[in-house]
Amino acid sequence: MMRGSRSNFGWPRIVGLTLAALAATVAPLPEWLELMRPDFVALTVLWFSLLAPRLLGLSYAWCAGLALDGFRGVLLGQHALTLIVIAYVASKLRLQIRAFPPLQQSAVILALLFLNEFLLFWIDGVAGHPITDWRRWLAVPVGAACWPLLTGIYARVAARR
Amino acid sequence: MTTHDPDPRPLLLGGPALGLRLIVLALMAAGLMVADHRQHHLGAIRDWIATAAYPFQWAVQAPVAAWTAARESFATRTRVEAQNVKLAADNLVLRLKLMRFESLEQENQRLRAVRASSARVVQRSLVAEIVRVDLDPFRQRVLVNKGNKDGVFRGQAALDANGIFGQVTRAGLISAEVILISDPEHAIPVQVNRTGTRSIALGTGRSGLLSLPYLPQNTDVIVGDLLVSSGLGGVYPPGYPVGKVSAVVRDPAQPLLAVEAEPLAALDRDPEVLLVWFDSAVVEPKPEPEPAETAAPAAVKKPAPQAQTLAPHAEASATPAPAPQAPSPMPQAETTAPQAETTALPEAELAPSLAEPVVPESGTPPPEAEAVPPETGR
Repeated sequence: MMRGSRSNFGWPRIVGLTLAALAATVAPLPEWLELMRPDFVALTVLWFSLLAPRLLGLSYAWCAGLALDGFRGVLLGQHALTLIVIAYVASKLRLQIRAFPPLQQSAVILALLFLNEFLLFWIDGVAGHPITDWRRWLAVPVGAACWPLLTGIYARVAARR
Repeated sequence: MTTHDPDPRPLLLGGPALGLRLIVLALMAAGLMVADHRQHHLGAIRDWIATAAYPFQWAVQAPVAAWTAARESFATRTRVEAQNVKLAADNLVLRLKLMRFESLEQENQRLRAVRASSARVVQRSLVAEIVRVDLDPFRQRVLVNKGNKDGVFRGQAALDANGIFGQVTRAGLISAEVILISDPEHAIPVQVNRTGTRSIALGTGRSGLLSLPYLPQNTDVIVGDLLVSSGLGGVYPPGYPVGKVSAVVRDPAQPLLAVEAEPLAALDRDPEVLLVWFDSAVVEPKPEPEPAETAAPAAVKKPAPQAQTLAPHAEASATPAPAPQAPSPMPQAETTAPQAETTALPEAELAPSLAEPVVPESGTPPPEAEAVPPETGR
């Protein structure tokens, strides 16, 4: 299911997917759904790190993170930092992760998303405004559950000429 | 489709190169965060990013806005008629109030002229629409569609029809970010309308709840009391409704009261807010002359300023109550406040918030912000 890593994956499509992920991150949702909104930008970065690490490396993750910070008006650089860390881990382990069956893959994604959220939580705390609401962790399992669906969509986008 | 990969670059990622890139990028990100958080050097860059992001943010909510508009335009006639009748009735009531208000305003201004104190009333206002994007589910912030171009500035107060809404934390060219009074990083100096007791209302992160943790046990405050802005700090115009006290917990074991209030502004339902300009020339809090004039509640009023200045400490070091009866700690309290600032603890961000309620994350309000760079440059 994780095919579609092609080197003809051009910039328009990369920018398009990134913008779509950003849009999905700030799109208005009802409140109960808003709390469960997965971190689409993190998922996109993970997908690129797993499938096309040579095309889009850490600098892509960094830029996407910075764009996310700018969009949401949070401390500049915090998502940039967390995303490069998970992108690094994902590209290091990509050969193993890609060989995993879907369920196991989701489990790895769960761990990576948790790492991402934990780093954000940590940075928030250091910056002096921690969010201790337990519901902030809801997005992590939801994101992992969305992973198979998302890879399906991305593979289709990538395969289209 | 092709099994042969035409990409000439090496198949394996260079191990150290990747690690090195991680370190360099991580340092860059950390540098950005420090610059953004500690020195607030990035104000201009942030405003620029906000301006660049706005068209995109607008586009994201456009379908939702269009849907809402379409639904509005198909509103049934009966509903519009009912609304019209209600508005006409409201209008009548408001006109009646206005008749009295005008004479009262005249009188107020005359009296203020006698006292030679400036009347800090709202002089100009601008209606800004809230752009419906979800910036962060755990922070209470909204984006509005007015910016620098319309004269919006950082630290500007925002009101709605029922009370104080929040203040501008970031002003882009055509958009601005407003922090709500219910944001956990926000604090607003308030006054209990009935007694004149001053305190600070902190946001809790929930749109229907403010907390007033710095009131001593013997404060006269009851459920239903109206809280109005006290105007200390000069960010908010004084005398505007902020909230209603919804719970008072007197636990004798605690040095301070646990008071909760409900904001009057419809924080989570407003489609638009009013950005206001008022004469904020008087920034220095002057609590001294007042107790002498208003004799009746003097006993309650006197300790109030102390409670304010000491409160951040009380929370931090769990020191006992700020001795409400003893009038002496007043000068002491003033010396402790700067101390808190230099230690740069999170509480330090509360200390300056007495003088200017506060946006620790994205900077102090304009007058401060301009004063800071030369100091740090030296």
